[in-house]
Amino acid sequence: MNNKIYGTLIFELSRPGRKGYSLPPCDINAKGLNALPANVLREEAPALPEADEQTVARHYTNMSNNNFGVDTGFYPLGSCTMKYNPKINEEMAALPAFTTLHPAQPDNTTQGALRLYYEEQQMLSEIAGLSEFTLNPYAGAHGELTGLMIIRAYHRSRGDEKRTKIIVPDSAHGTNPASAAVCGLQIVEVKSTERGTVDVEDLKPLLGDDIAGMMMTNPNTLGIFETEIPEIARLVHECGGLMYYDGANLNPMLGVCRPGDMGFDVMHINLHKTFSTPHGGGGPGDGPVGVRKGLEQFLPNPRVVRKEDDTFTLEYNDKALGSISTFLGNYGIIVRAYAYLLALGRDGFKMAGRLAVLNANYIKEKLKQHYLLPIDGLCKHEFVFDGLRPEYGGDHHDDTHVTTLDVAKRLLDLGFHAPTIYFPLLFHEALMIEPTETESKDTLDAFIAAMIQIAEEAKSNPQNVKSAPHHTPVTRLDDVKAVKDAIFTYQA
Amino acid sequence: MQHRYFPHTEEDVQQMLEAIGAKSLDDLYAEIPRELLLRRDLQLPIGKSEVEIRQEFTRLAKQNKPLVCFAGAGSYDHYTPSLVPYITSRSEFSTSYTPYQAEISQGTLMYIFEYQTMMANLTGMDVSNASMYDGATATAEAMMMATASVRKHNRVLLSATLPPRILDVCRTYASYHGTDINIIPAKDGITDRAALTDLLAKGDVAGVIVPQPNYYGIVEDLSGLADEVHAQKALLIVSGPASPLGVLKSPGEWGADIACGDAQSLGIPLGYGGPYIGYLCAKNALIRKMPGRIVGQTEDTEGRRAFVLTMQAREQHIRREKATSNICTAQGMMCLYVAAYLSLMGPSGLREVNDTSCKGAHYLAEALVNSGQFALTYPDQPFLNEFRLTCKAAPAAQLISRAAEAGYLAGVQDETDGLILCVTEQRTKAETDKLIQILTA
Repeated sequence: MNNKIYGTLIFELSRPGRKGYSLPPCDINAKGLNALPANVLREEAPALPEADEQTVARHYTNMSNNNFGVDTGFYPLGSCTMKYNPKINEEMAALPAFTTLHPAQPDNTTQGALRLYYEEQQMLSEIAGLSEFTLNPYAGAHGELTGLMIIRAYHRSRGDEKRTKIIVPDSAHGTNPASAAVCGLQIVEVKSTERGTVDVEDLKPLLGDDIAGMMMTNPNTLGIFETEIPEIARLVHECGGLMYYDGANLNPMLGVCRPGDMGFDVMHINLHKTFSTPHGGGGPGDGPVGVRKGLEQFLPNPRVVRKEDDTFTLEYNDKALGSISTFLGNYGIIVRAYAYLLALGRDGFKMAGRLAVLNANYIKEKLKQHYLLPIDGLCKHEFVFDGLRPEYGGDHHDDTHVTTLDVAKRLLDLGFHAPTIYFPLLFHEALMIEPTETESKDTLDAFIAAMIQIAEEAKSNPQNVKSAPHHTPVTRLDDVKAVKDAIFTYQA
Repeated sequence: MQHRYFPHTEEDVQQMLEAIGAKSLDDLYAEIPRELLLRRDLQLPIGKSEVEIRQEFTRLAKQNKPLVCFAGAGSYDHYTPSLVPYITSRSEFSTSYTPYQAEISQGTLMYIFEYQTMMANLTGMDVSNASMYDGATATAEAMMMATASVRKHNRVLLSATLPPRILDVCRTYASYHGTDINIIPAKDGITDRAALTDLLAKGDVAGVIVPQPNYYGIVEDLSGLADEVHAQKALLIVSGPASPLGVLKSPGEWGADIACGDAQSLGIPLGYGGPYIGYLCAKNALIRKMPGRIVGQTEDTEGRRAFVLTMQAREQHIRREKATSNICTAQGMMCLYVAAYLSLMGPSGLREVNDTSCKGAHYLAEALVNSGQFALTYPDQPFLNEFRLTCKAAPAAQLISRAAEAGYLAGVQDETDGLILCVTEQRTKAETDKLIQILTA
């Protein structure tokens, strides 16, 4: 990453008359745009940039130099599983035999694509301990929504219309309650114990014949394994509800412990987290949803099914929850994940989760003298500090203390992406660290040294931390001004 | 074991376990009840080398048969400038995530800001969000945006001329969200305005969604529609593919409140249906009801212009169960795709692409009609690059499979045995003539 700002917008490089494309001459003599009725056509051309090819190439290359990715450096963003994105995935996804397929092509011309989809959903089913996956949902949040629709479709199919509530832990990611609300479910929050796990005693009185199910992630957002999961699943099933597993934290469980075996009925996976597809500045990802035996019929249309003659076809059925995507999800992402599934195999999956857990515990142990660890003990893939210890950062209730935001910004100066901050909401100064298995001990040691350096600075020279970052392309930004000015488009 | 994606040596693992105070990697899972542990290997093949992965994909690729594409129906085979995938493959962009740390994410934030500007300008709207998953979900989100914006109105009218896949997704979302939907029937291949007037008269309509161009490729005349919809306090939503926005009267000029659809047609590969990108643009008054990320302009402490994620009070992670959308990400990489494409093509490129496509479609339509074996189902309606034929000599399905054998994708079959064909600027006259020969053989 370059630490000088490249701040020019393409609109500012535009000059009337320049162009950056070439098309063959049109050798067809037929009605063109001019033949359309004038009142359905634009009167003026849209305000778009006009630029030659090299100008555009330099513009975006310079812009990329102001960006930090996993390939730039360590990206310990908690709950986002920023593992290395293998380049063979990209090479396979760029094969013309996949990129040039139109989704409406007849099945007999897309057997390779359908087979890949089918094989991948089978591999995910084995990894998750479930029966079948749809790969159609476009993202984690979309998978959650799809999974909740499956739960509602299941209850509706039994004529059970009164189950309109869903139980969500108070430590859950904001997407869980939002997905439930979009799906027309009311949220019932269950409290956490002091150790950050679901309080089973608080859960019991919430259960009844109006409960559609319960959403959990395990390990939870604090990186703690919910050891009472068998009892929780038993209680929810006993009242007639289904268990939903938010796969955001699946990585540490790979090859060790499967959601299906924990008692979950429906789950989503984030291919862009656990299965190494690039996060793409926010997307596209993919959010496959799996179900236990007996729920397959509710999966969204279309489903890819294997026929007796070992060919594949698309199936649409009336019991399905409906359609949630135009076609088969973010297919190009599905291709990338398949390359990763092949690359790891059973031997690789045996190690991935274990090494992710090793990395997280190592950082935790090395930093807990400097940062406040609210819940001691083994963590899984990630853990949460509640900011600097008071002897380094000052009292949390004192306005002048060095905050988690300050620590995060100072880390940027030292060449690291910041952890997830101020989430989960259970702690005021949450700093959530997830290293993933693809980081070496050398990288972790360098990160640990940087975190200790910041803690020492917070004590000796707090202003230097509070005014960070100093060496990034831009310094701290005025978030309030962005809201007040409300400038969302470029105006010449 | 040593794997190319895991850097740990035996010695590293031992030193780290020691620091943690654990004896083995399995000790790190000591708290998990034993009955939950998978005490066997996963039933997966053994990990493969890159050589073997390439072999496996070659095997799969051979079972695919790319066809010369004369189909649209939501996925358009437009030209992609070589520079576009080159830029999007830069890993500084592709391996980053949502730009939470703005100081080291100006690249992502700037291209999203450019994307927002381009889409707002194309649709004639004030503001665009940072994108949605695809055109169908963008339309479903627009539908929910309407019911959230218009107090006490929970009914949305959708034109029957919207693409079936968009209608299906909207129906699914509405069914679970609790939104009432009515379908406005089609007449002569376009939205039946008289039926729309009757449905609006019920008085509890929050939004009206019409396509442009519609499923049959027809460019609908939306004159007077916005006034009629607004008189009932409802919002007008126009949904359509993005490329035609470069030449057709924009949703803003028609008086729409929300414009949405799929921007795949802006040079994104067919890719067997994805990843694509949904766009969602609106008038300023609706910004607080917009789903998804929005990038805004601000300054750093030294007064330099810079960009951040903003207006976050709307979003799911703040509003939780009060949210009207659960979207948390944008299709970032696809925003960059669109921004780079439009930077190269500019207004003249977009016009040339649409003009050439339009000529190709009219040439193909005329030749097939002249053969006597086909008729334009809606001969009086204007179309851009896509049109519906009534097949007189053979059923549509039979024609499609005949063409596929010859290496051509002869459009898509609609629900009543019509054939919807599409031509883009990538089709040569020779290819088009060949298709004519196949379909009229």
